[in-house]
Amino acid sequence: MLYREAGQFKTSYQADGQIFPILQDRLALLALLVIAAVIVPLAASPYALSAILIPFLIFSLAALGLNILTGYAGQLSLGTAAFMAVGAFASYNFILRIPGLPVLLAFVLGGLSAALVGIAFGLPSLRIRGFYLAAATLATQFFVVWCLTKIPYLTNYSSSGVITAQPIVILGYAFDTPDRKYLLVLAVVAVMALLAKNMVRSNVGRSWMAVRDMDVAAEVIGFRLMRTKLLAFAVSSFYCGVAGALYAYAYLGTVEPEAYNLDLSFRILFMIIIGGVGSILGSFLGAAFIVLLPVLLNVIAHSLALPTSVASNLELMVFGALIIFFLIVEPHGLARLWQIGKEKLRLWPFPH
Amino acid sequence: MNFFFEVLIGGLLSGVMYALVAIGFVLIYKASGVFNFAQGAMVYFAALTCVGVMDKLGVSLWIALPITVAVMIVLGLAIERVVLRPLVNQPEITLFMATIGLAFFIEGLAQLMFGAQVRRLELPIEDVPSQYLMDHYNILVSQFDIMAALVCGLLVTTLALLFSKTKVGRALRAVADDHQAALAVGIPLQRIWAVLWAVAGLVALVAGLLWGARNGVQFALTFVALKALPVLILGGFTSMPGAIVGGLIIGASEKLAEVYIGPIVGGGIEGWFPYVLALLFLLVRPEGLFGEKIIRRI
Repeated sequence: MLYREAGQFKTSYQADGQIFPILQDRLALLALLVIAAVIVPLAASPYALSAILIPFLIFSLAALGLNILTGYAGQLSLGTAAFMAVGAFASYNFILRIPGLPVLLAFVLGGLSAALVGIAFGLPSLRIRGFYLAAATLATQFFVVWCLTKIPYLTNYSSSGVITAQPIVILGYAFDTPDRKYLLVLAVVAVMALLAKNMVRSNVGRSWMAVRDMDVAAEVIGFRLMRTKLLAFAVSSFYCGVAGALYAYAYLGTVEPEAYNLDLSFRILFMIIIGGVGSILGSFLGAAFIVLLPVLLNVIAHSLALPTSVASNLELMVFGALIIFFLIVEPHGLARLWQIGKEKLRLWPFPH
Repeated sequence: MNFFFEVLIGGLLSGVMYALVAIGFVLIYKASGVFNFAQGAMVYFAALTCVGVMDKLGVSLWIALPITVAVMIVLGLAIERVVLRPLVNQPEITLFMATIGLAFFIEGLAQLMFGAQVRRLELPIEDVPSQYLMDHYNILVSQFDIMAALVCGLLVTTLALLFSKTKVGRALRAVADDHQAALAVGIPLQRIWAVLWAVAGLVALVAGLLWGARNGVQFALTFVALKALPVLILGGFTSMPGAIVGGLIIGASEKLAEVYIGPIVGGGIEGWFPYVLALLFLLVRPEGLFGEKIIRRI
């Protein structure tokens, strides 16, 4: 009875076209945002904010970016971390070279730089597909990290190759404590998630899905393949770039290029697999899962007093096993479970 | 000029080692359409098991080797049973991701059993320059590398014979051609896959021993898989000769680039040069050197 849309009639085009057509969804999202923006910063400890919630939000954003590319446009990519690195290092350089540049604008510019790199490395996708493309995106991963390590200009000639992110100041208001940083990240992620949600149901999103499902057919019925694929690469890289900038500015503080290694790319890939490929909600669920799982495993290992080497290897094994388990049991990820839950709620209390 | 040839030959011989790993990929991809990302982890697992057994039981290489072979076969069978069978008929990308999970699992398992420290692996061949080549042509080439190339050649010949002369080999080729047709004429698909993974495990063992003896048995061995990827792109995912030729090209060009282009741009280009090379090649020929021509229909 809780989740029933009976009686919710749409009487205008506007009502018919809204993002969340069901009243309960809108209320739940609003409640969630209020809790996240008001109650969480008051209630959560600085540790929870800076070690769990901020990375969760940032990884959600990166996963969102990868999900646009892989889940919606069907182009498998293993270079997510490289795009994040471009976003972070570009933002750093923009703030450094242009005095007085607003931080948020620098993030946007960082994202745009990542989008440019994304387009450049997305070009091969016009000729090759599938695993060949996945292997080719590895080139992005290695090349970008190599560039950032080898070109001293990009790290402002710092001797160790490590950059220290400038303090975030917006309109004279410094975002320097965990709760302020959290709110900033939350705002950015909420806005961008909403944009993504809207984008994937627009004609852009539909053209991505058409290309994903069968690109030859999509081309035949008139989608411009090149434009669609490159747009997917650009938008996806933009999201990853902004996530990378936030990763450097709101989470780590000091970054070296090696922080954006292949391992990070894989972790974000796992987020979308476990969360659900081709689902906005899935990006968040997957990120929560991957961020929380090591914390949980750590707690368990600690309570069992396992040595750290054993614990870290067990973590690897549990990670791998869970991925396989998920793929076997629910290939569509946590988002699909949520969807099934909603279907059940619709029928509740009558099972038929 | 001598230096050039030394670099070239050294590159070609290290390319042989890449090819060895790439063959493991090709075996599985060709017959089951699974892009096995766990091949690198299997290489590590094999080498570590061999060294670990020698350590823990205090036995010689010749006793540890059969034990490791048995372990690899069991591992192959287990992978087929636990991971692949429930995933039959899923899209390729799902299977690929499952093998990434598998890679994590195997890496964790290997280190849990035998520890993560770097270990030495002594093979009965020494890593010294070959005296004969030094005397006659004044070129420094490691004896070990030549031996590795010979082993690789032997392995490929064995595999080729296995595929062309035995019943299992014929079944393997049938499955590679068309799963459903193979099933229809009564070839037990799952048993063939199990055999295949076991063989891939053995190839991983050979690669693991050679690489392990070269660089020490350590976690970095898993990155061998990343080295094999450009080889695969270049040679085509479905072709064994492609893996070898691709390996040679990648090995040689990578070393030459590092020596001749590296100093100009700051060095360390070995990491990405093969990928960029393979990528440029793909733009010309999207299916790789020996890959099957992809025909796409609606």
